[in-house]
Amino acid sequence: MRRLIIDLISPHVDDIQTDALGSIIAAKKGTARRGRLKVMLDAHMDEVGLMVVEIEKDGLLRVVPIGGIDPRILPGKRVLVGTKALPGVIGVRPIHRLKEDERDKAVDVKELRVDIGLDSREGANKKVAIGDRISFATDWKDLGQMVRGKAFDDRVGCAVLIHLLQGERFPSDLYVAFTVQEEVGLRGAQAAAHRIAPDVGIAFEGTIADDLPKEDDVSPTTELGKGPAISVMDRSVICDRRLNRLLTGTADELGIAYQFKQPGIGGTDAGAINQTLGGVPVTALSVPTRYIHGPVAMLHKGDYRNTITLAQAALSRLDETILSGEPS
Amino acid sequence: MIETIRRLVEAYGPSGSEGQTRAIIQSEVESLADDVTVDALGNLIAWKRSANAGARTVMLAAHMDEIGVMVTHVDKEGYLRFTDIGGLRTVTLIGNRVRFENGVIGAIGVQGDFDGTKAPRFEDLFIDVSGADTIRVGDAAGFWREMVVRGDRLVAKSMDDRIGCAVLVETLRRLTQSPHHVAFVFSTQEEVGLRGAHTSAYAIDPAIAISVDVTRTGDFPKARPMAVALGEGPAIKVKDGGMLAAPEVRALMERAAKRSKVPYQLEVLTAGTTDAASMQLVREGVLAGCLSIPCRYVHTVSETVDLNDVQHAVTLLTRLLSDPV
Repeated sequence: MRRLIIDLISPHVDDIQTDALGSIIAAKKGTARRGRLKVMLDAHMDEVGLMVVEIEKDGLLRVVPIGGIDPRILPGKRVLVGTKALPGVIGVRPIHRLKEDERDKAVDVKELRVDIGLDSREGANKKVAIGDRISFATDWKDLGQMVRGKAFDDRVGCAVLIHLLQGERFPSDLYVAFTVQEEVGLRGAQAAAHRIAPDVGIAFEGTIADDLPKEDDVSPTTELGKGPAISVMDRSVICDRRLNRLLTGTADELGIAYQFKQPGIGGTDAGAINQTLGGVPVTALSVPTRYIHGPVAMLHKGDYRNTITLAQAALSRLDETILSGEPS
Repeated sequence: MIETIRRLVEAYGPSGSEGQTRAIIQSEVESLADDVTVDALGNLIAWKRSANAGARTVMLAAHMDEIGVMVTHVDKEGYLRFTDIGGLRTVTLIGNRVRFENGVIGAIGVQGDFDGTKAPRFEDLFIDVSGADTIRVGDAAGFWREMVVRGDRLVAKSMDDRIGCAVLVETLRRLTQSPHHVAFVFSTQEEVGLRGAHTSAYAIDPAIAISVDVTRTGDFPKARPMAVALGEGPAIKVKDGGMLAAPEVRALMERAAKRSKVPYQLEVLTAGTTDAASMQLVREGVLAGCLSIPCRYVHTVSETVDLNDVQHAVTLLTRLLSDPV
């Protein structure tokens, strides 16, 4: 993942570093003569998955989840084990063999086994090691209006940032962090933000869209096709109103539809950046994504394009005057 | 002092939307402090500087923000669904009134056939603003209630922690000079995770940090046992749910209380914490403590304090800051 991103951005940035935790920090100098802001843009490279914790004598693998995974969606899925992408299947008992009460219950991750088609510990040991990571084996597909694939949380954020770096320079100095370990506690962003010491920060995310039909008139968190989602408050952060005014004002001028992400749920790297050093004004901008933290997610191409357009236009306008406004 | 307290507790200022409260405090402290700044997270910092440039820095913190709600969804009829800002219990919400930054006041209702036998879930509650079209997703509201003065007892929303803000303002007013640089920090976002104090303490890099906040009491019918009561003096914190107070700071406060002849109580709080917990853990660690104002019915619209405790807290802190620490 890291190598792929470095290859894509290297020709377009002034400096690339990899920090001690493994995050990439790419710098691209701004064009403003004076008073250039240090702007940190963030997207996390990691995805939710599983980790091998034991190789059993019959060659089956016991696993633990890494990041928030719903155990109900795991049985029967195809996975890839380790850096060599060994194909496997998360084992599932046939419905014929389930007792009545078992059919209504999710199987605990502790009970699951990953089957890589080997029948002995000796055989499995040659190909797998304790600690190997497991990701979903999901093929990408362009569906016309939408696309489907795995890990849109947060590879779509990474894609937005790669696109931004491949374009023209902005007035501000950009420090673009592709971070590690977001799903296990916003860890990479904390270290990266400390190193960058930014004036402002923006996290880019693929966020929850819970927009399938519902009985009650309640929040869908975000909806596909309704534009980029701006965060106001989640469990990790209260976003800076000056930055959000820049985003909404820019979107209004460009005629881009936007939505506010349902406040109060989730958390992003913006929370870690916000609490760094003497404090950093932050916000988060997200592409609405259906079925995140599962094996296959979907997003709307128009939302993705508009997230890039909005980010480009907002970054073109962002300068030091933003910090003279009331912060809260 | 009562009128200052009234203005502060009746002001609007849920976490992240402290601007109106900050403006009131700013107007109070501007003529009293050597300089006043607002930082990246909205903390208001009023400095009282020592003539000795190399003096140690003492940081006092009281938080400007209050608990509140934030709109998560506007339904087709214009009813608002909401989430909590800070620790709210739903039993305190039904029939309560909230006020938005633009002044719109809403009433909280509960959906369906509610028989009152158990606490509702947040999803069961809504805010009725008669379809006001100026409110949208992401707008924050604080609770709305006027302060009541009943003898020495003051009853209001947001005593937590505007009473601490009032103590800091009054201490700044009384403090003629200090052998220390004193940073009076009016912090943001305490109720959602002690966030403003954390970053401002990093920037200020104090030798000693003291928060001034409310604490619970054990002096009402069948209260959870706690040796803190209204009217017995400010409470010097020994520990709470998030911090062990530095013994040095506790000793400084006890010394100041004795020297200024004000009553005080010692506080052991079994749950909850204050800005001191996050100030304690910046950089290489900071000597931190907390002076508490005893308060009944914390996190309701009827938070009740005793004015004598408030005034004694001001006397204690003024003395503490006047002596070498």
